[in-house]
Amino acid sequence: MLTILFDGIAYGMLLFVLACGLAVTLGLMNFVNLAHGAFAMAGGYCLVVLVNRYGVPFFAALPLAFLFSAVLGFVLERTLYVHVYRKPHLDQVLFTIGLVFMSVAGVDYVMGSGQVFARLPSWLEGQFQVFGVGLGRYRLLIIVICGLLTIALQLILSNTRFGSRLRASVDDARVARGLGINVSGVFALTFAFGSGLAGLGGALGVEILGLDPTFPLKYMIYFLIVVTVGGTSSITGPFLASLLLGIGDVAGKYYVPTLGAFVIYTIMIVVLIWRPQGLFARGAAR
Amino acid sequence: MSRTSRIGAIQDRLAARSRWHVLEIAFWLAALSTYYLLPGKHLILTEIAILALFALSLDLILGYAGIISLGHAAFFGFGAYVAGLLAVHGIITEPLLALLASGLAAMLLGFVTSFLVLRGSDLTRIMVTLGVALVLRELANRNGWLTGGADGLQGVEIKPLLGLFRFDMFGRTAYAYSLGVLFVLFLLARRIVNSPFGLSLQSIKGNPLRAAAVGIPVNRRLVAIYTIAAGYAGIAGALLTQTTAFASLDVFAFDRSADLLLVLIIGGTGYLYGGLIGALVFKLMQDYISALTPQYWPFWIGLLLVVIVLVGRERITSWTTPIRALASRLDWRADRRRAQLAPGSHP
Amino acid sequence: MTAPVLETIDLEKKFGGLTATSNVSLKVAKGARHALIGPNGAGKTTLINLLTGVLRPTAGRILLDDRDITAVAPHRRVKLGIARTFQINQLFADLTPLETVSLAVSERLGAGKDWWRLVGRRAQLMDEVAEILEGFRLTDVMDERTAILPYGKQRLLEIAVAVASKPRVLLLDEPAAGVPEDERHMILSIVAALPADVSVLLIEHDMELVFQFAQRISVLVNGALFTEGTPDEIARDARVKEVYLGETTDA
Repeated sequence: MLTILFDGIAYGMLLFVLACGLAVTLGLMNFVNLAHGAFAMAGGYCLVVLVNRYGVPFFAALPLAFLFSAVLGFVLERTLYVHVYRKPHLDQVLFTIGLVFMSVAGVDYVMGSGQVFARLPSWLEGQFQVFGVGLGRYRLLIIVICGLLTIALQLILSNTRFGSRLRASVDDARVARGLGINVSGVFALTFAFGSGLAGLGGALGVEILGLDPTFPLKYMIYFLIVVTVGGTSSITGPFLASLLLGIGDVAGKYYVPTLGAFVIYTIMIVVLIWRPQGLFARGAAR
Repeated sequence: MSRTSRIGAIQDRLAARSRWHVLEIAFWLAALSTYYLLPGKHLILTEIAILALFALSLDLILGYAGIISLGHAAFFGFGAYVAGLLAVHGIITEPLLALLASGLAAMLLGFVTSFLVLRGSDLTRIMVTLGVALVLRELANRNGWLTGGADGLQGVEIKPLLGLFRFDMFGRTAYAYSLGVLFVLFLLARRIVNSPFGLSLQSIKGNPLRAAAVGIPVNRRLVAIYTIAAGYAGIAGALLTQTTAFASLDVFAFDRSADLLLVLIIGGTGYLYGGLIGALVFKLMQDYISALTPQYWPFWIGLLLVVIVLVGRERITSWTTPIRALASRLDWRADRRRAQLAPGSHP
Repeated sequence: MTAPVLETIDLEKKFGGLTATSNVSLKVAKGARHALIGPNGAGKTTLINLLTGVLRPTAGRILLDDRDITAVAPHRRVKLGIARTFQINQLFADLTPLETVSLAVSERLGAGKDWWRLVGRRAQLMDEVAEILEGFRLTDVMDERTAILPYGKQRLLEIAVAVASKPRVLLLDEPAAGVPEDERHMILSIVAALPADVSVLLIEHDMELVFQFAQRISVLVNGALFTEGTPDEIARDARVKEVYLGETTDA
């Protein structure tokens, strides 16, 4: 049971790193980027190619995957996304769905449609035995890395100037602009950073979530659930939601396999109806 | 102007909305003629008819009530599986009856889930409807004992339509059946949108605050149209099962809901023919592109979506306005009455 | 005063820490020509929103003919006899005035849920629609899309729609707002010509219209009822002038 808890926490934290970029995007520009998973996929494939084909060390490939997705995000944001901000939600949804389809088919074409695996350093395989409980080493690594990232994010948000500009822009973009904050610049950087995080998450997730061209489609709903349940006005909301989701999904699939993912979808629907702004949000109506 | 002629003029104005345009009649005559003129194409024509009905169902809620749904495939799939199960277990063997039963089942599902789309913003609706479709897919996936799981529903045998018309492998019966169902349901939908109920829906879409201030029970009307639309989608799904003798998880696929939105964007929403025209164009496009790149055709669909949004949906629908302008120009009777109402002609 | 047709009892509306409406006990008499005035931000529109059910009060009650309607949904209040116009036109941009008024009338007569009969078939209904359109000078534009109508016509339509519901209480939220000078008189004459058994609560900034129209005036300041009385009393009340003048000197 503790193993399940442990696995669930690892899964949850991974989901958080993957989804927090989406949460910020949604909260900042009220823009639902269904293609967020594509950036994660990009990071994952980047890692796989670097490690398998070019023999780059795993830990060097991780930040490179982050950079790859971040740059990709920045470029796409400045060239394409920026034209879609003012459009109605339906258009935004269609636009990002289009991007998803393109990325899925494109990656299928370039990399083939099978699942890919990354060669992990040997010391990451296997388990630690702690108090008689088997803790997967890789999952432990994920918890450590994601935990550090979460703390760093919270620090950046609360203690840096960029952080306060970001928070101001999320709260009220118009007022922020009036105060002289370069909202579109903030947004471009945030989008890039969020995409980079997604890429890092995708890279870390190759081992746990599996990676194939349909990744953005498969995991889209998970990101949406994190954002829905966690709300978009803080870091802690999505964080807690991710943990809840991760543990719930792992435990659900273990204890009640016939219902499986059914449970978390239902949770999302219930939460959306009861509290449209998320379980943990500060209740700012939009 | 006398009282009776005043009323007459008003009634005529309102009736103009629902009068059959020449182009409409031409459209259905052309559709009917394809049965005779294109005997080799009945299979793809059946697919087009089914997709058209599915798109019509989404137009009812999107174009007329303003509800965005990313999970309309939920009702399509539900209808499909119900029809399949009715056939497999011999519960209702006559296809038309089974079709009606599937439609009713889908309507029930629509009714039950309708309260989910009443509250919340467009964003919420998108996520909720997506969630519902995924839930159904998961349920179908996990309960293989009932649905056949990932392999699909096996052993679906469709008995002759009305006991008389066997479903042949060229799709003749299938096409006549699908086209007939499409036409009848279209007529019904046309009646509904031109009724006071339909007008109230359009008002809800335009300004829900004002609609409530006029005394319209907004939620009740939305539930009603959502239920009806779900029934239409369920019937479309049942048609698919009955004409292909198979049902798989595919019917719940996200692709289906996404493609459907594209169909309505191509054809335009809010005038009922958008789904039909869009389905025709979409299927032809799909056929053509899949022949070129069978595996990667989603790429081109994605590209089309991106381009359409960037260019602007209004510009796309503006392509259909010349057709509509032409249609109203053809309506010479309306011109005569308009002259009657002109200020100069008052006694 | 005989039993009021519309009454609020200690009505309160708070938005978080902000009190938009505080302890408002207002009585609108049957057949009243009652005006509600007050400086900007006094909460007049909020009060209308409370009366029509668009907003739920945090405390207090609303009575329509002694019937408690505090928890009744907006569309049901219309059926019970309250109609309102909006300060900023809330119309159906893509519908024509003819369709809009037909909608209001058919909803009132319960024909709104009819999904089988085509719009416009019921002649009696259409007669009433024609009358309303004529009364509001909308006959010549009745077939145009509302979005392209001149503002004055839209404003007339806004009032026409409310009147089409045959309300017992009509709440007019600044009906003359934004209407060009030369078209104002039409609004004024229509407001003056409303049936005597309809009780009217009018919000207005245009003092000329207020004093021409009202038999009773209530003054709302900072969400609370400041004072009430006949037009003469209010005109002579120095405090009222102060409240308004105080506002303009601050601005």
